[in-house]
Amino acid sequence: MKETVLEVKDLVTTFKSADGPLPAVRGASFSVKKGETLCIVGESGCGKSITALSIMGLLPSNGMIADGSIFFNQKNLAEMSPKQMQKVRGNDVSMIFQEPMTALNPVFTVGFQIREPLMIHLKLSKKQAHMRGIELLKMVGIPSPVERMNQFPHELSGGMRQRVMIAIALSCNPSLLIADEPTTALDVTIQAQIIDLLNDLKEQLDMSMIMITHDMGVVAEIADRVIVMYAGEIIEEGRVEEIYENPQHPYTKGLLASVPNVDDPEFDLKPIVGSMPMLNEQISGCRFHPRCPFAFDKCMEKSPETFQVTDKQNVRCWLQEEGVEQNGGRRASSL
Amino acid sequence: MAVDEQVLYSVKNVKKHFPVRGGILQRVKNHVKAVDGITLDIYKGETLGVVGESGCGKSTLGRTILGLESLTEGELVFNGNNISNYSSRQLKPFKKEMQMIFQDPYASLNPKQRIGDALEEALIIHTNLSSLERRERVLQLLNEVGLKEEHYERYPHEFSGGQRQRIGIARAISINPSFIVCDEPVSALDVSVQAQVIKLLRDLQEKHGLTYLFVSHDLGVVRHLCNRVLVMYLGQMVELAPVHKLYENPTHPYTEALLSAIPRPTVGRKRERIRLKGDLPSPSNPPTGCPFHTRCPIAQNKCSTEKPAWREIDEGHFIACHER
Repeated sequence: MKETVLEVKDLVTTFKSADGPLPAVRGASFSVKKGETLCIVGESGCGKSITALSIMGLLPSNGMIADGSIFFNQKNLAEMSPKQMQKVRGNDVSMIFQEPMTALNPVFTVGFQIREPLMIHLKLSKKQAHMRGIELLKMVGIPSPVERMNQFPHELSGGMRQRVMIAIALSCNPSLLIADEPTTALDVTIQAQIIDLLNDLKEQLDMSMIMITHDMGVVAEIADRVIVMYAGEIIEEGRVEEIYENPQHPYTKGLLASVPNVDDPEFDLKPIVGSMPMLNEQISGCRFHPRCPFAFDKCMEKSPETFQVTDKQNVRCWLQEEGVEQNGGRRASSL
Repeated sequence: MAVDEQVLYSVKNVKKHFPVRGGILQRVKNHVKAVDGITLDIYKGETLGVVGESGCGKSTLGRTILGLESLTEGELVFNGNNISNYSSRQLKPFKKEMQMIFQDPYASLNPKQRIGDALEEALIIHTNLSSLERRERVLQLLNEVGLKEEHYERYPHEFSGGQRQRIGIARAISINPSFIVCDEPVSALDVSVQAQVIKLLRDLQEKHGLTYLFVSHDLGVVRHLCNRVLVMYLGQMVELAPVHKLYENPTHPYTEALLSAIPRPTVGRKRERIRLKGDLPSPSNPPTGCPFHTRCPIAQNKCSTEKPAWREIDEGHFIACHER
């Protein structure tokens, strides 16, 4: 058994609003082991990015961690002061963002931005940092790295910018890398390059990775384990094979059935009815029940418990409870 | 979806070049060749997919076909009428036949306009209906795209992304067009909602016999929705084929690479992926010869000097490549 790098327990993240606190993450618990890639999937508004920002201590000023703990290397990140977090961020834990153009500062050269974490965290001199920067750019596959150091972000293409972001994130050898939709803004051929690069680097540096994405294809390429989130809750968790070959939660099944399959012309597209609830929407019982084709009375009354399917796969759904008719009534009508 | 072989729209050697200005006098220094010689027939009742990476000119092609961009060169023939040089007044009856669905459902609706008014606008311009009849028609449209009558009085911010895209679709079909350009209509939506909108587009096509030009970068959606597919690279045509031929037997090395690069939602099956070197070259300074030769895994000397001819290799399957 490999050691656990990150342990998140009952994380609740809320946002201040005129109508009182709005919970964006409602009690998420998960862990990441050394060298493992965990994918968090879900649609926009499900709380996947907010979970990542909570770990990084980068929540916007109206957001706060209301409850729960985030243990990273035996230290609780949720209780750290912003000053202490600065020492962790970019050093032990780093993050890659979706849109590389907004994540890089347009008025500083690539070299300046890649030297910065090296000089702050590793206390390198400017010259040493410069040399290390060139090595890092070479590692992420950027051609002519010496010249690139003096260029500005706008002179690079989208794929190159994302490579620079990865180089900066990896500069201090973090033990955990969080990637928030790193390939969403890129074209498919470039996306394939970046996925290969992340997979190679992860192996090379033996780090753990949390990848946040909505693309079920990307998940299948990169994940060891998968967490599916819906409306702030983790509704299913398991090894990547389990999630794809034996999904249990109706939402996971629906998600897989609504992605058109490129290899199968006869693929029957089955949309999930309705749309994601708003943060302030009060839903009794299971938060998915208004959109769920199998919902029965209990789903509307009581929030589901977590049921264990295999040693790694857990599902939050009343259908898993023993005694529930698996093939009866509304269940047979769809999926 | 029955496709009869009747040509609805014929596009002949269409080019759209955007000038790049610079210097103190803002002289034209260069041209971005967004669309550079596209020749196509669009058949009645079909869905023609246009795919390619960002910057390949697929959206500009859609806009040019609709007359939203002026032509640099070429001819547009709609239903037998050459409309390339028509004045805007002459174009009006044709505009009624052609509509567009935009990518971003947040940007394409006026935030200060009620949904009912937004849908009514095209009816005021193109029909002689009385205000009561128009209201009736708008309510019917809302119903048709899966919205409710009470949405008539609401403003765009009260709707989710999927609902807004439904409004965009209702607006496009309000005056019964025969041809609709869909510019990435589902890319901004979440997957579960995306599937709903795809279904709606398909149902409407069946009901009204619509012809779609479907511009998208999502090859999964295109396979699902289209009859024929055109692959573009740097403003030029690379491959055109019926959908099953393109996906089962991609012939151009670019199409091959594009298809192999899509991450598949299946685990355990490791596929050999064709890695393309580098990025898309700048369309203001495209490579000589075959535009793809700088990234092509099978490029020969000939490819950098000579532009490959557009030829038919199988029934309805065209490519532009020296080597295949």
